[in-house]
Amino acid sequence: MTELTSTSPSQEDGHENTPAKLGHSPVAPIPHRLRVTDTDPKAARRAERQVASMFTLSMVFIILAVIAYATIDKFATIYIPVLGEVGTSNVVLGLTFGIAVFLIGAGAIQWAKKLMPDVEVVQERHDMVSEKSDDQLAAAQYERGKDESGFARYKLIRRSLLGALALFPIPLVVVLRDLWITPADSPSPTEILSETLWTSGKRIVSDGTYVPVRPEDLPVGGLVSALPEGIMEVQEEEHNMNARGKATIILVRMDPDQIRSQQGEGWDYNGILAYSKICTHVGCPIALYEQRTHHLLCPCHQSTFDLADSGAVIFGPAARNMPQLPISVDEEGYLIATQDFAQPVGPSFWERDRT
Amino acid sequence: MSTTADHPVEKIGEASAQYVDERLGSNKFLGRNLGKVFPDHWSFMLGEIALYSFIIVLLTGTFLTFFYNPSMVEVIYNGSYVPLKGVQMSEAYASSLNISFEVRGGLLIRQMHHWSALIFVAAMAVHMFRVFFTGAFRKPREFNWLVGVGLTALALGAGFTGYSLPDDLLSGTGLQIIRGILQSIPLVGTWAAFLVFGGEFPGTDIIPRLYAAHILLIPGILLALISVHLMMVWTQKHTQFPGPGRTNDNVVGYPLLPVYMAKAGGFFFIVFGIIALIGGLVTVNPIWIFGPYTPDQVSAGTQPDWYIGWLDGALRLMPNWENVIAGFTISWNVLIPSVIIPGILFTGLALYPFLEAWASGDKREHNLLERPRNAPVRTGIGVAAIVFYGILWIGGGNDVIATTFNLSFNALSWTLRITLIIGPPIAFLITKRICLGLQRKDREKLLHGYESGRVLRLPHGEFIEVHQPLNYKELAVISAKEDLAVLPAPEKTDADGVRNPTYRVDQLRHKLSSWFLRDNITRPTDAEIEAGQAHASHTAALEAPLNEYELQDEDPVGHGGVLHHPGMPMTNQEQIDQRQ
Repeated sequence: MTELTSTSPSQEDGHENTPAKLGHSPVAPIPHRLRVTDTDPKAARRAERQVASMFTLSMVFIILAVIAYATIDKFATIYIPVLGEVGTSNVVLGLTFGIAVFLIGAGAIQWAKKLMPDVEVVQERHDMVSEKSDDQLAAAQYERGKDESGFARYKLIRRSLLGALALFPIPLVVVLRDLWITPADSPSPTEILSETLWTSGKRIVSDGTYVPVRPEDLPVGGLVSALPEGIMEVQEEEHNMNARGKATIILVRMDPDQIRSQQGEGWDYNGILAYSKICTHVGCPIALYEQRTHHLLCPCHQSTFDLADSGAVIFGPAARNMPQLPISVDEEGYLIATQDFAQPVGPSFWERDRT
Repeated sequence: MSTTADHPVEKIGEASAQYVDERLGSNKFLGRNLGKVFPDHWSFMLGEIALYSFIIVLLTGTFLTFFYNPSMVEVIYNGSYVPLKGVQMSEAYASSLNISFEVRGGLLIRQMHHWSALIFVAAMAVHMFRVFFTGAFRKPREFNWLVGVGLTALALGAGFTGYSLPDDLLSGTGLQIIRGILQSIPLVGTWAAFLVFGGEFPGTDIIPRLYAAHILLIPGILLALISVHLMMVWTQKHTQFPGPGRTNDNVVGYPLLPVYMAKAGGFFFIVFGIIALIGGLVTVNPIWIFGPYTPDQVSAGTQPDWYIGWLDGALRLMPNWENVIAGFTISWNVLIPSVIIPGILFTGLALYPFLEAWASGDKREHNLLERPRNAPVRTGIGVAAIVFYGILWIGGGNDVIATTFNLSFNALSWTLRITLIIGPPIAFLITKRICLGLQRKDREKLLHGYESGRVLRLPHGEFIEVHQPLNYKELAVISAKEDLAVLPAPEKTDADGVRNPTYRVDQLRHKLSSWFLRDNITRPTDAEIEAGQAHASHTAALEAPLNEYELQDEDPVGHGGVLHHPGMPMTNQEQIDQRQ
C-alpha cells in the first residue's frame, strides 16, 4: 500500500491560504521492470549487434552519398510514383544522407534503451531562493559600493550621469532617418504616393508587349493588364520598379448600358473602363475578373469590387473603391489617359485624405 | 584525478581533461553535472525538436549564404532552368535559382533549410502548449516563459524575413502586404514604410536589409535567448510529471551520462536524418514556378508559410472598417488584424503566468507538473486561444477551402467571422466542463477505487459490485492534485470604519481567484483516500477465492511494473554488476 505524506504547512512565504510548501508529495517506490537484455545474455548480444550494424550501415550510406554527389548528373531526373518527375541528385542525396544520419541516432537510442541501465535515479532539488546569509552578503556589498562611490551623496554627479545615459542612444536612433535617402527638394511620402506616371494624353500600352492599345483590341468582357507608355524607359532610368507598382492598371470592356456608375462623368471610353490594378486593402495586384458579374476579386484577401459600379467594394476587407483612371483616345485612335488618378492608388495611409 | 584510465585513448582524454582543468577548473563542473538527472517524458522531446531543428537551420543556412546574392539589381537569367531563360529578374532570385539548379546538393540544402524552419516553429508552438497546459510556467519558471514568448516572436520574424529573400513572385507579394500593414499604422506608418523600404515600394533596398536581419540580427538574438533558455532549465532543473517516488523536491530520471546523452544526442541525429529525408523527397517553396517578382503581378491561391497563415487569415476575415478622423485616415481593417490582434495575443501570452499567480495567491515553487484537468480555467483559456488561432489559420486558406470543396467563400468567410467570436467561449466552457468531469472521476477513484464492472453475490445473498484499489502508479498521479482556496473577499472598511484603500483591486483579485478556483472538485484527505482504497481492497478480496486459479501465474503486484524487492537491482552499478 502506498503511503502518502504531507509536509507540515508553514506560513513563511506563501499566501495565507496555501501551505508554504507543496504538500501531498506522493511517495512510492519507483517502478522498474527488468528488460530481456538484462536477463538474457543472448538478447544483450543481439542488441549489441543491432546497434553496431546501424552505425556500420550509416558509414555505408555516407559513402553512397559522396558517390552520388560525384556521379549523378545534376540535370538528370527520375520518375518516382507519388513524387512525380524529380531531380535524381536531390532525391538520392537526401535519401542516402538522411538514412545515414538517422541510423546514427537510431543506433544511439537503441543502445540507451536496450543496454544502458534503465533504473531511474533520484536527485534532490532545492528552492531557487538564496540563503539568508547570501542575501545579507549581497546587500552589504551593495551598501559598500554605494558608500565608496558616493552615489547617494554626489547628487549632481548622479543626476548628470542619468541624463547623459538617457541621451546617448538618441543619435543611434536619429541616424536611422537616412534609411531613406532624400535630396533636399524631395517630395514627401504623401506626394510620392499620390502621383503616378499617368498624365493627360499618356498612351496606354499592354503589359508584356508594351504595344499601345486600341479600343478595337479589347472585346466586350475582355480584360487587359496595361501600363503607361514609356514605363520601361523610366524603369531603366530609376533602376527600380516603383513606377510600375503604382501605374499598373487593368482595362475592362463592358456593354456601356451595364455601367451603373463611374467615379467621374464620362471617364470610360465606349464601355472601356480603366482601374488601378493595386488593391486598396494592402496592395496586391488584382486580375481575377468575372466578366458576367463585372466583379474583380483580389487573390490575396478576397476583397471583391464591382467594376460596373465605380469599383465599389462588395465583399471582403478592403474599405475603398478601386481608383478609376479617366481615359479617352488620341487622334491616332490609341487609348490614352486624360489625367492622373484622382486619388492615391493602393493601400490607405495616415495622410491619404489630406492630399 | 585518480588514474583509472587503461586504454591509450582514455589516457589522452584524461591528460586533456587535466590540462583544461588546470586552466578552467572544469572538472569541478563535470563532476557535479555529468550525473545530473533529467526526468523522462515524451512531451519533453518537443523543445528538443525545436532546438535541433534550429541547429539544422543554422548549418544549412550558412551553406546557402555562400551562394545567395542579396541584390535587387536586375539581370537577365541565363542559367539552366529553361522556362526562365532570358527573363529579367533580380540577382537575389537568379542566385536562388542557381542554388536550386546549378549547385549540386543546393536544392537539398535549401529544402532542408525551409523544412527545418517550418518544423522549428511548429515544435516551438507545441512545446509552448505543453508548458502552458501543464503549468510548467509557474514559479520559479516565469522568466523562462518570457524568454520562450520572445523566441516565438523572433522565430516568426526569422521565418518571414527568410522566405522573402528569394525575391520570387510569392515572397514579393508578402512584402507588398507588409508595406500595406506598415502604412496602416497611425501617425508614423507612412514614414515607417518609406524608411523600411528605403523609399517607395518596392525600391531596391529591402532584400539586402532583410538579409542582414535574417542572417545576423535575428539568429544572433535567437541564439543568445536559446542559450539563456537552456541555462535556466539547467539551473532550475527540469519539471516532472507526478508519479511514484516523484515529489516537488526531487528529480527522478536518467543521468546525463550516459543515458540522457545517448538519447538526446541520438535524437538530434534522428531529427537531422528525418529533415534530410523530407528535404530530399518533398518539394517545398518551388520558387522557379512562381517566377520573378514584379509589383503588378500575382498568382491566385497565394499562401504564406504556415506560421504566418493566422495573420493572413485575420486580414481576410476582418470587416472593412476605415475612418477618416480630422482628415487623417485610420485603416482599422488592416490595423486590427495585423497589429492589434497579434499585439494582444503576445502580450497576453507574456503576462499570463503573472496574472495566474496573482489570482491564485500561490507563491510556492512548482516543480511537479499539474495535470491539465486540475486547472480547468487555465486549460479552458488555452483551448479557447488555440481555437481562436485555429479559426484565423483556417481563414488564411479560405480561398483554397472554398475552391476545393466548392463552397461560396462569402458564406465561408461569414461563418468563420462568427465562429471566431463565439467559438473560443464555447471551447472554454466545454473544456472546463470536461476537466471538471475528469476531476470528479478522479475523486471517485480515490474514494472508491476502480469499478470493476463485476457483480458478486456474497454467501449471505447480498449483491455487490467489486471495486478494485488503484495501482500505486495511478494513485501517485491522481493523489498529487493540489487544492487552492479562493482568496477571501476584501472588507470595504476595517473594524474602525477606515476605508480600505485597495478595496477595488482586492475585489478584482478575489473575483479572478474565485473564477479560477471555485469550481474545482476537492481532493479527498489522505485518510479518506486510505479508507477508500482499503475498502476497495476489501471488496476485491471477497472475490479472491474465485480468481485464485486464474491469478496464480500473475505477478502479485500487477498493473504494469514490478515493485522493487530485495535482490532486484536498484542502482545502475548493481544492475551492471549483476549482469556480468
